[in-house]
Amino acid sequence: MTPIVSYQNVTKTYGDLEVLKDIDFNIYPGEKVALIGPSGSGKTTLARLLMTLEEPDSGIIEVENKNLWQEEVGGELVKAKEKHLREMRKSIGMVFQHFYLFPHMTVLKNVMEAPMTVLGLSKKKARQQAEEMLEKVGLSDKLDVYPAQLSGGQKQRVAIARALVMKPNIMLFDEPTSALDPELVGEVLDVIKEIAFESDMTMLLITHEMDFAKEIADRVAFFNEGIIAEQGDPEELFNNPKTPRLQSFLSRFNS
Amino acid sequence: MWNWDYAFSILPQILSALKITISATFVGFILALFLGLIFSVLVRSDIKIVSLAVRGIIQFIRNTPLLVQLYFIFYVFPKIGISLKPFTAGVLGVGIHYSTYLSEVFRSGIEAVPAGQWEVAKALNFSHIQAWIKIILPQVIPPIIPVIGNYLITMFKETPLLSAITLVEILQTAKILGAGSFRYLEGFTIVGIIFFLLSYPSSQLIKKLEVRLGAKN
Amino acid sequence: MTTYEIFISLIKAGLKVTIQVTFFAAILALVLGFISGLARMSRYRTIRFISGVYIEVFRGTSLLVQLFWIYFALPMMGIRLSALTAGVLAIGLNYGAYCSEVVRSAIQNVPVGQTEACIALNMTKTQRMVKVIIPQAFVMMLPNLGNQLIELLKSTSLVSMITLTDLTYQANILNATTFETTKVYTMLLVIYFIIGLPLSKGVKLLEAKVSEGRV
Repeated sequence: MTPIVSYQNVTKTYGDLEVLKDIDFNIYPGEKVALIGPSGSGKTTLARLLMTLEEPDSGIIEVENKNLWQEEVGGELVKAKEKHLREMRKSIGMVFQHFYLFPHMTVLKNVMEAPMTVLGLSKKKARQQAEEMLEKVGLSDKLDVYPAQLSGGQKQRVAIARALVMKPNIMLFDEPTSALDPELVGEVLDVIKEIAFESDMTMLLITHEMDFAKEIADRVAFFNEGIIAEQGDPEELFNNPKTPRLQSFLSRFNS
Repeated sequence: MWNWDYAFSILPQILSALKITISATFVGFILALFLGLIFSVLVRSDIKIVSLAVRGIIQFIRNTPLLVQLYFIFYVFPKIGISLKPFTAGVLGVGIHYSTYLSEVFRSGIEAVPAGQWEVAKALNFSHIQAWIKIILPQVIPPIIPVIGNYLITMFKETPLLSAITLVEILQTAKILGAGSFRYLEGFTIVGIIFFLLSYPSSQLIKKLEVRLGAKN
Repeated sequence: MTTYEIFISLIKAGLKVTIQVTFFAAILALVLGFISGLARMSRYRTIRFISGVYIEVFRGTSLLVQLFWIYFALPMMGIRLSALTAGVLAIGLNYGAYCSEVVRSAIQNVPVGQTEACIALNMTKTQRMVKVIIPQAFVMMLPNLGNQLIELLKSTSLVSMITLTDLTYQANILNATTFETTKVYTMLLVIYFIIGLPLSKGVKLLEAKVSEGRV
């Protein structure tokens, strides 16, 4: 099977710090992949490179067999222009740790905005799809409310609806529950679980919620200091960690 | 249009008037600092009448034009026996007008000092004045220096208003020369350039100062 | 003349021009402020440079000098403007430069997460600016723009020095004809103060309206 996302020799450095060191990583269509690892290990950067929020320093990222950051112009490979990036972004969506909802729009408008503006849907159609999506995440009663009046868990669910309504083939979740109070984490994880079980969408989940990762991931990759130290089947990885680093990392979560 | 000979011929006169512009700026600035500090202390007074009255005065002065205040000091004060020279009236006007802005700067600077500092001062048995001088003011001043610096530059740019009460600073000099020769272009352009050459580098310096002070914190 | 008569006389003679200058200069300042504030953040160096020059020159020189230059020096280059046009132009250009800084810093203060969310949703830069960034920046700008508006109102008094018949000009005339110096200039101060009140209130109301539900 050809990968839907492929990282080849990808490196990213911030100042003196090499955050991603020559990464080779493939994600297959329909796969639910969990990325775990300590802060600063590079997992978030991996996602941000895919979402075109940052540019790799070297290496190639391919999405659906097309080069993400480079395009062919006159037979030569050059750095991709915005037009190419926008074309590539159609397949990718992202949910952020800090939600980033639009504070000046109601919940409904937050979810309707991109379908109208970016996909060109009519207001009626956009509203219909937004309402469906918001019902799916359990927020039908909050359509006309502003983000400031929502709890963290509710905000994240709106953010998920906003990203899903664009029908991406690949969804990235960057620590979706890390900024939430513990009692609100469950409602968000439930929504993500439902999405994972119901759809064929490829999902990349960066998370510290190990039980959750075990439940929905087809594969888990453990990042440490810029490399993938270990990856494999969740059961195997969590019950029999092979590398000492993974062992000590997991021991912190077993209470 | 532009005559270089004429431009150079009037340059000395304009530059000699620059002394008046600069001294008016600095004297006005010092007055504004002084009054501004007094206002900021009075506004926080516990005596309701004092703080309300001072706040009202500050509001009134801030929301009315400096030009009119200058006319007031220069033309109305004599009616109650206070006749001032243009320079004095001008400096008084600019000083009082900008003291209201500076009082705001001081007030917010004072309020930015954590309440804990006052409590520590009391615990260590500092007198009120000692607390102000040794503990509070040293914390108030560094962060507000860039803002105050910018007001100095602003006051400098307001000095041409003093020409309205017959102070012959650089703009008035250019105007008088222009009226005599029927050439206004060179004079006013030179005056504009002088203002720019003095205020732009100053404001850039203040920006750098701001970064330095910010980095320290 | 009684104080009241002087008050009414001043208003009749000068209010209209003062309001005209304030109104038109404010619109010019706002438009210029937005255009140059946005231009200052353009990815094209030339555009950034041009707006930078405009902003620094008009902020770095005195308004009265700019006013005199436009009214007295431009005719020497063949451009003769009416006092009203010169006044509106000078004040508008001057405050446009100050407003551009307010605009620019507000836009840069919108959290970067908003930009990232828009990229993730595949919006173009224009869509992002128009739909998400500027609406949020606008709320942040209002208090400062309100302050600029009051300063602008006060600065209109300068047009009296290029013989435009505003409140201050008429006050000077009234003083010369009636010698009621104290009453005239006191009432003049009061009138400016009174005009400023609805302007401040208006801005505060606008602030409240735009922040509805969002706080």
